[in-house]
Amino acid sequence: MTRLFEALQFEFMRYALAAAIFTGLAAPAVGTFLVQRRLALLGDGLGHVALTGVALGLLANIAPTLTAIVVAALGAVLIELLRMYGRTSADVALAMLFYGGIAGGVLLTNLAGESAASLNAFLFGAITTVGTGDLVLVGVLGLVVVVVSLGLSPQLFAVCQDEEHAKVSGVPVRAYSILIAVLAAVTITVAMQTVGLLLVSALMVVPVAASQQLTRSFRTTHLAAMGIGLFAAVGGLFGSYEIDTAPGPTIVILALAVFAVASLIGAVLTRTRSRRRPVDSL
Amino acid sequence: MTEHPLKVRGMTVALDGRPVLRQVDLDVSAGEFVTLLGANGSGKSTLVRAAIGLVPTSAGTVELFGTPLRQFKDRSRLGYVPQRSRAVAGVPATMQEIVMSGRLARRRVAGWRTKADIAAVDAAIAKVGLSDRARSSVSEMSGGQQQRALIARALATEAELLIMDEPIAGVDHDNQETLADLLATLVGEGTSVLLVAHELGPLRPLIDRAVVLERGEVTYDGDVVAIRDAEHVHVHHHSSRPEKSDGFSGNPVGRDQVV
Repeated sequence: MTRLFEALQFEFMRYALAAAIFTGLAAPAVGTFLVQRRLALLGDGLGHVALTGVALGLLANIAPTLTAIVVAALGAVLIELLRMYGRTSADVALAMLFYGGIAGGVLLTNLAGESAASLNAFLFGAITTVGTGDLVLVGVLGLVVVVVSLGLSPQLFAVCQDEEHAKVSGVPVRAYSILIAVLAAVTITVAMQTVGLLLVSALMVVPVAASQQLTRSFRTTHLAAMGIGLFAAVGGLFGSYEIDTAPGPTIVILALAVFAVASLIGAVLTRTRSRRRPVDSL
Repeated sequence: MTEHPLKVRGMTVALDGRPVLRQVDLDVSAGEFVTLLGANGSGKSTLVRAAIGLVPTSAGTVELFGTPLRQFKDRSRLGYVPQRSRAVAGVPATMQEIVMSGRLARRRVAGWRTKADIAAVDAAIAKVGLSDRARSSVSEMSGGQQQRALIARALATEAELLIMDEPIAGVDHDNQETLADLLATLVGEGTSVLLVAHELGPLRPLIDRAVVLERGEVTYDGDVVAIRDAEHVHVHHHSSRPEKSDGFSGNPVGRDQVV
C-alpha cells in the first residue's frame, strides 16, 4: 500500500491514474455494444485509422489527439455507411480499415519528415506522459462516452440486439449505428494515451468477454464489464509501476487474466448448475 | 368506421433486379385474422417485410392505419415477430430485457423504462406462458421458447396489428397449441393479425381469410375452408388433380417389385 501512495506522490502518476480511470470505464461502456453487434474488431480497425489521424497531426503540426479523433470518427461513419449501403461485407470493410490506417499513418509520418518510430507512443500508449491538456480532453470525452452509453442503453441495446425489430419500432437505427461507431472512435482516441492504438480494442472487448462468463443479463454484463475495465486499467497502471513495465500491455494482460479466471469460474458454475437441474427439465 | 390496419396496393418488389412481388394487393381489416400462404420463395416474407418498411418497394403503396408507411409514426400500434429467431446476440440478455425492447415504440429516441413498461412486459411474458423464465438468459432457452419470447416482445408493444412471420415454423406441437390459445385470446380482444405461414396446424380455426401467393402474385384471396392442405397450398379447384403417389411407401419388398 505504501508503494501505491509513494507512486501517487508523482504528478505524472496522478495524471496517469485519472486517465486510466476514464479509459477503464469508457472503453467497455461502448465496447459492450460492439460485442453485442458482433463487431468486436471494429475498435481495432478504428484504432488503425486513428493512426493516420495522428500522422496527419504530426504533418500539419496540430495536436495529434484532435486529428486522431476527427479522422477516427470519419472512419467510423464511413464503415457504417459501407455496412448499410455498400456491397462490402463488414469483415472486408474492416480489413481495408486496418491496412489503409497503418499504411496511411506510416506514409504521412514519413512525409512529415519523421521516422515511423515516432508513432510508438501512440501505438503502445504513453500514459505517464499525460499532460494537463490531455487529461482534460480524456476526462471530458470519457465522461461523454459513459453518460451516452448508459443513458441511451435501452435504445442502443435494441439496435444491437435486433436491428430490424428496432427499425419497425421506429428507433432511428441508422443514427444510432453511427452514434455507436463514433463513440467507439472517440473512446479509441481517449484510450490512445493509456493502452495505445494497437491494444485499444482489448480494453473494449476483453472486459466484456470476461464479464459475460458470469452473467445472464445485458445490464449486469454492461456494468460488470465497466468494473473489470476500471480494475484492469488502474491495477495495470500500478502493476507496471511496481514491476517496471509499460502500462499499456500490463493493463491488457491484467484484463486477460481476469477473463481467464472468470471463464474458469463460469465453467465450474455451469457444471454445478446443470448437475443440480432435474432430469425432467432437460 | 375505423381505418384498415393494413392496406397494400399494387406492391412490386425486386431484390437484386429479380422481381419477387408483382402488383400485390393485401388488406387486413380491424379485428381480422388474415393468413398469408405460399410455397418457399413465393414472396410471403418479402411482402410483410416490405409492408413494414424493411424492404424497399419499386411500386405501389402501403398504408398502416390509414397513414402512408413513410409518414407512419404511431409505431406502438404495430407488433412484429420476425421469422428466424434473432433472440441471441453477442452479449447475454434475459428474456425480460428482450421483451422490454418491444416497449421502445413508445419511447423511440431516448428514455428509460417506466412502471407501465415493466407491467406490460410482465403481462406479455405471462401471456406466452414463460413467467418462470423471465430472468433466464435467452441463449439458455429452447428454440420454441425463444420464438415465444419474440412473440412476447411484440405483445409488450400492446399493438393493434400483429404481423407474424412464420411463428410456428420449427416449433413443437405443444408450443403451437400455446400460441393458438394466445392468438385466440388476442383476436377476442380485437387485435388484427397478419400471419405468414407454411402450415396452419392448430391455428386454422382462428383464421378469417387466407391469401395465397404464387411466384409473387396473389392467386387466391378468400375463405380458409377452401384451402385443402396448407402445406401444399392448393386451393380446392386445383385439388381434383390425382394424388401423386410415390409407390414406395414403407414396404421394401414392394419396392423391389417396382424396380
